[in-house]
Amino acid sequence: MPAFLFWIFALLMLIFGAAVVVNRNPVASALSLVVSFLGLAALFMSLDAYFIGIIQVLVYAGAVMVLFLFIIMLLDLRAEERRQISWLTSAGAVAVALALLFQTFYVVGHFKSAQQPFPPLARSTTDDVRNIGLLLFGNYNLPFQIIGVLVLVATIGVVLLSRREPR
Amino acid sequence: MVTLGDYLIVSGILFAIGFAGVMLRRNLIIILMSLELMLNAANLSLVAFSRFRVLPTGLPDYNVQVFVFFIITVAAAEVAVGLAILVALFRARQTTDVKDISSLKF
Repeated sequence: MPAFLFWIFALLMLIFGAAVVVNRNPVASALSLVVSFLGLAALFMSLDAYFIGIIQVLVYAGAVMVLFLFIIMLLDLRAEERRQISWLTSAGAVAVALALLFQTFYVVGHFKSAQQPFPPLARSTTDDVRNIGLLLFGNYNLPFQIIGVLVLVATIGVVLLSRREPR
Repeated sequence: MVTLGDYLIVSGILFAIGFAGVMLRRNLIIILMSLELMLNAANLSLVAFSRFRVLPTGLPDYNVQVFVFFIITVAAAEVAVGLAILVALFRARQTTDVKDISSLKF
């Protein structure tokens, strides 16, 4: 992928990611999250991870986003009214986030391999579903089963949690 | 030329945005969305490392991508349970503001 496409998608993802945090209206936040995840899916594709990019679009921009919008509509949430914000808490949060950012820049700046471009691939990765599937059902069969149980437990838990209490 | 460091820095900025969202916002739905941003930042750096480590077969390290697949599954389950808790909370208290939920606060 050419460098300018990387920067376009990275900027798109970061700007809409910031919009998620800044927007007061929850619906606008949810829609910004979709755009941010689509940018992220494009970055996955630029790393030759086509399968991950596609499940990113399917799972996040599809399923998770419908869930968020459905809950926002169901609860009929309006834009937050302005409240007195605690400056001390906000300053602390921004300071920790900036410290984290500074640390990332420092570590990446001192990481030798980070300055090298990506090594070329000998083969195309357009059939990576096959390779990931072989690993998933071979080496990682037990974790895969456990994930299946986890999703089942989550489903039952959601049904139990959202059921009205019988009186 | 795009290097590994560029991807890691973009991933770090996304994580910092998500972290700031969790700390600054008081609406529980926005906090859940910011958590998703942080999980996805981790996924981005994992996939970048996967592409950087080309195996002798000439393919990227797919073990990492299997790991990313697991993270996406767990994140989807987590959002479903989190939103169900949010609905239960809204029924009991008619609010999604974390400042209004302070029964356990000392």
